[in-house]
Amino acid sequence: MGETITTRPLPAPSVAKGERLLLRQLRDLVSSPEAVIGLVILLTLSFAAIFAPLIAPQNPYDLMQLDIMDNMLPPGSTLGGGLTAWLGTDDQGRDMLSAIMYGMRVSLGVGIASVVIASLIGALIGVLSAYIGGRFDALVMRIVDLQLSFPSILIALVLLTLFGRGLDKVVLSLVFVQWAYYARTVRGSALVEKNKDYIAAARCLEIPQWRVLVRHMLPNCIPPLIVVSTVQVAHAITLESTLSFLGVGVPVTQPSLGMLIATGYDFLLSGKYWMSTYPGIALVLIVVAINLVGDRLRAVLNPRFTQ
Amino acid sequence: MIAYLLRRLGQSALVLFTMAVLVFLAVFALGSPVDMLASPDADQAERDALAARFGLDQPLPVQFAAFLGNALQGDLGASFVYGKSALAVIGERLPATIELALLALTFSVMIGVPLGVIAGLRPKSIAGRAIMSTSIFGFSLPNFWIGMMLILLFSVYLGWLPAGGRGPTTEVLGMQLSITSLEGWRHLILPALTLALYKSSLVVRLCEAGTREIVTQEYIRFARAKGLSSFRIIWLHLLKNMMIPVITILGMEFGAMIAFTVVIETVFAYPGMGKLLIESINRLDRPVVVAYLMVTTVIFVLINFIVDLLYVALDPRVRLGGPNE
Repeated sequence: MGETITTRPLPAPSVAKGERLLLRQLRDLVSSPEAVIGLVILLTLSFAAIFAPLIAPQNPYDLMQLDIMDNMLPPGSTLGGGLTAWLGTDDQGRDMLSAIMYGMRVSLGVGIASVVIASLIGALIGVLSAYIGGRFDALVMRIVDLQLSFPSILIALVLLTLFGRGLDKVVLSLVFVQWAYYARTVRGSALVEKNKDYIAAARCLEIPQWRVLVRHMLPNCIPPLIVVSTVQVAHAITLESTLSFLGVGVPVTQPSLGMLIATGYDFLLSGKYWMSTYPGIALVLIVVAINLVGDRLRAVLNPRFTQ
Repeated sequence: MIAYLLRRLGQSALVLFTMAVLVFLAVFALGSPVDMLASPDADQAERDALAARFGLDQPLPVQFAAFLGNALQGDLGASFVYGKSALAVIGERLPATIELALLALTFSVMIGVPLGVIAGLRPKSIAGRAIMSTSIFGFSLPNFWIGMMLILLFSVYLGWLPAGGRGPTTEVLGMQLSITSLEGWRHLILPALTLALYKSSLVVRLCEAGTREIVTQEYIRFARAKGLSSFRIIWLHLLKNMMIPVITILGMEFGAMIAFTVVIETVFAYPGMGKLLIESINRLDRPVVVAYLMVTTVIFVLINFIVDLLYVALDPRVRLGGPNE
């Protein structure tokens, strides 16, 4: 009999209450016009990015579909193949709209992947640090402090110079830059959770340590993590585009939005504005939409701000 | 106080040493500069001679010891590209970057503080909401793209301002500065504004939060009850109390600003040390990259040190206790 009790995670008593809370928070989120606008933009752009191979006018990677004669046409021009390039074409004769849709795939993918991996690693380190405490905790927090005192752009720049170009390398450097934020956030909430009764109870039941950590403590440290990571996706996307602009980010064969902007930069002074303006607008829309939603999310999840 | 100073200095030295190790290892892994330096048809003997001349044939620990010893004497090696001391190369570009960053810092305070106070005093008003919403934009917009759009507008279409570069400089206190001439300002204004964009949003947010908190305090109510004009309340009571966190954050962010000039200088082809870093990375000019990272680290550590001291000086409530406070 005792066995069955020990295997059930304890912090489950408020599932119903939690669901009601979630519903209320969702309503709170939707009650803000800014957040709704952000959510709509975000969903539309994600849809365009995910289904780009199906709905984009052209596959910008397929050299067979490109014609160098179409290069640098202004918006609204008709291409050799009869297609209308509403946003113009780039120096290779690619339709900008298609390039942007494919570019968003790379940008969003890199941003989300790096945040998911970094938050998992950071959360684990943060919980461990709070749980073990003592010297280990002090050491981890020193490393976190040291890393956070240096601007992420500089760290990522040096790392990418070492690793070389490539999607996986960009994600790796972004993970390296971001894990410290999560470790610090999660450690903060884990320190509070650690002293609560349910952890003491779990310990009394002689549940294995890792189980207390992963099943009991970690889930209760997640809400603050969600807020940090939402905004962090936008940060990661901006950082990636900046790195690609500096020429150390994604490879030329898989252009992200930042890469498209970098290409457009070379033609900026000759007035070919569409090559840098439109990918930039797509980037700004994504980043601002994520921030609008994230900003509201922070307010909704933080009881101090709800009236 | 002396004990605190010493401990703080020890910490700074430790950070510098750690950075020296990390930077050295990282840059060592960058690849051999011999490939870049030797002419393509050089034979092995010539390449070896070249490696020996720069000490690149020695084992790693020996190279590091030599690097550290020289660094302590202010010698970070000679640039492979410019053929002179890497520190001197950085030093030539440093004033341009500091000038840009300081101007941007000034802009962000001049823009951020008034807007933040307005938004904090009237959080429900249209102006307040607009300021806060716009600050999200400033926060999250990719700066390099904004810079490009400013170039497009003011240089390509309107033709009012130059698209890049630095204006004529005059020597002020041994540094080449360009804020002394109108032409210099015309070159500086766009990069400085672009660089200030992020920080001014940060200042807006800080000031808004600070104002909202402070206006509910007793002493503000008392000042009102005393019949002081609202201008005087804001100027004397509110700003003074609000500025402590703002100054701290700005001080710390100044280092980040210097690092971010890497991006802004690339966009505006501004000949500062940020652009030099990108050029040196592309040319595998290892000593300059190392020198840049070490100089920036020293600047960071110095700024943090000064900010910490200022904090203690400004706010007597800060306790100089153990390390875990």
